[in-house]
Amino acid sequence: MQSSAPLLSPDLALDARGVARRFGARWVLRGVNLQVRAGEMVGLLGHNGCGKSTFMRIVATLLKASAGDCFVYGSNVKTEGDSVRHHVGFFSHVPGLYDDLSARENLAFAATMLGFPSADIDAALERVGLTHVTHEHVRGFSAGMQRRLSLARLILQRPRLLLLDEPYNNLDVAGIALMNGFIRELNAAGGAAVVVLHDLVPAEGVLDRTVTIREGRVHVPTAADLAHGGASPQAITVPAGAAGIS
Amino acid sequence: MAFRDDLRRTRAIVWKDLTTERRSKAGFNSVASLGVTILVLFGFALGPDAQMLRDAAAGALWLAVLFAGVLAFNRSYQVELDGGALEALLLYPGSRWAIFAGKLIANLIFVTLMLVIVVAVGIVLFQVRIPAQWPALLGIMMLGVVGIVSLGTFYAAMSSRSRAREVLLPLLLYPMLIPVLLAAMEATKAFLGGDLLNASGAWVQMLALFDVIFLVATFLAFEYVIEV
Amino acid sequence: MSIAPNNSFDPPRPAPAALGWLAFLFFIFTQVYAVVTSPADAMMGHLQKMMYVHVPAAEVTFAAFGVVLLASLHFLWKEDERADLLAASAAEVGSLFCGLTLVLGMLWGRPTWGVWWSWDARLTSTLVLFLIFVGYLSLRSFVEDPHRRGQWSAAVGILGAINVPIVFMSVKWWRTLHQLPSNPRSLSPEYLRGLLLNLAAFTLLAAWFIWRRYEAARYERSAEHASQAAALGGYDG
Repeated sequence: MQSSAPLLSPDLALDARGVARRFGARWVLRGVNLQVRAGEMVGLLGHNGCGKSTFMRIVATLLKASAGDCFVYGSNVKTEGDSVRHHVGFFSHVPGLYDDLSARENLAFAATMLGFPSADIDAALERVGLTHVTHEHVRGFSAGMQRRLSLARLILQRPRLLLLDEPYNNLDVAGIALMNGFIRELNAAGGAAVVVLHDLVPAEGVLDRTVTIREGRVHVPTAADLAHGGASPQAITVPAGAAGIS
Repeated sequence: MAFRDDLRRTRAIVWKDLTTERRSKAGFNSVASLGVTILVLFGFALGPDAQMLRDAAAGALWLAVLFAGVLAFNRSYQVELDGGALEALLLYPGSRWAIFAGKLIANLIFVTLMLVIVVAVGIVLFQVRIPAQWPALLGIMMLGVVGIVSLGTFYAAMSSRSRAREVLLPLLLYPMLIPVLLAAMEATKAFLGGDLLNASGAWVQMLALFDVIFLVATFLAFEYVIEV
Repeated sequence: MSIAPNNSFDPPRPAPAALGWLAFLFFIFTQVYAVVTSPADAMMGHLQKMMYVHVPAAEVTFAAFGVVLLASLHFLWKEDERADLLAASAAEVGSLFCGLTLVLGMLWGRPTWGVWWSWDARLTSTLVLFLIFVGYLSLRSFVEDPHRRGQWSAAVGILGAINVPIVFMSVKWWRTLHQLPSNPRSLSPEYLRGLLLNLAAFTLLAAWFIWRRYEAARYERSAEHASQAAALGGYDG
């Protein structure tokens, strides 16, 4: 069903066809095909350096693909970048915050840049449990607090496609619950998500399916893989540092 | 509508840049002090003869502003690179030119403030006699600052993210600014020397022309150099 | 969309050696012709013959910068990697001829004005042009990623090219403002033919240099692609 979907089907949150990317002379991605429907939560696995982050950055319009096409809700990532950025929320290991601004000021800035100058910043801060540091400069924040603030920014944005690159790093149990709660909330509202992870445990119950990137291409877990751990991919535990589902 | 959003984004970036600059420990004060220090060094190089200093005042002033200003340009992007904020900035919807406009305006304010301080100190150190038409002189100075800041902000988008940032920005910027510097120095000199309105008129026109051409060119080219 | 922007994979069409020979022989001919047929100048004597290298070298410098401008515009428009390689090649050759222009200008100036450097308007502007070229080449050497290098160089090249007439104008005004004599450069017809011939010869030579440099850059890039494709088993997405 996915491969026969029309090219610009708007209910495909993500439609990546043959996405390839080289750095210098080295091909990192060598033809990634991935379709994610609206309302689907997809996990992306693979060993370090396999290109998961590169792929995410291409979808987020931070990088240009060397070949192939990629559409987000019908908008071409290469030529309609601005349109794509309206739909996409990117959460990476880089906090992207200003050390000399307070938590509130960072969110106010983000809200204006996102186009929602009157967004409810205090509610977002309260939801991520950072009300007590509303007016503190980010410079003094721990890594976990910075992650929560970045999550608050995502909450303000409410994107239709979440691109989460190892979102559970540096989050404690409460933080993970917050993250999953937000993902589920967006899912219920019809959004989609692609989540890069190396450990499936925190994402238990959140993902609909997982795919692996290996040698620059997407591999779908076979029936045999699924049989190992039951019907759903969540039941498969991937030891840290493993080469992904084979 | 989209344009108004972009204007709002520009304003937000101006506020953000000025606020982070104000709160950072090593900020405006250091750069302004550096401008003054450079003036003093020129004083040593050219003085202590009063007439010599007066003749050289315009040149020394603009060079001090240029050398100190270069630091401001790289710093304006450093704040984005430190926390990885540049990526976040590029991920927001909206035009790229809004980012350039925001940084440009913030740098304009920064460099203008520095110019005021450097001029004040320069008048004293170089024993400059303030001419009657000094408001017109301010106009010329603003034109010069616009030229310096527009190219400086543009080139710093590249130099701040390359391996040899300290040398790359001056290397690229200084030759490009020679017309601006010549015009600003000569026009300033003419005014301080008691006017040659004919000569400075031509320089002012050239400054204005330079500013318009390069404002347009840098706005158009910015999206090609800001991508991560 | 193709594998990489517009086939920079493929080896380039080689510059024919005959063209190179033709260019060099023509150059030798025009130099000899000009030196032999031009009479001694009233003021400068045989020093005047410097013009037959100095002026064409300057002309080629501008032509090369023109190539940089057009190739840079093309690169930003079409994202064709080959345009970036052409711009870089033209910039290298252009800086060479720019440096040559400066040295020849100084050699001409020393006997004429008594000093090595007199801040003459044209020569000074050429020096600024040289610095702009050097900035362009330095930028390229500091950026690793080919796409970013192409985009950044294109922007810098275009801005630099736009600035060239402005630089010349402002330096000239600067000189006239301080009422220093400009150097008479009028040309009587017996010199003109030699000059035009040499202009043609230099242009041909420079074009040859740029072509060969471009060819080398293309081979380099194409080899990079080929070897990595072989190692990874190719792209077949």
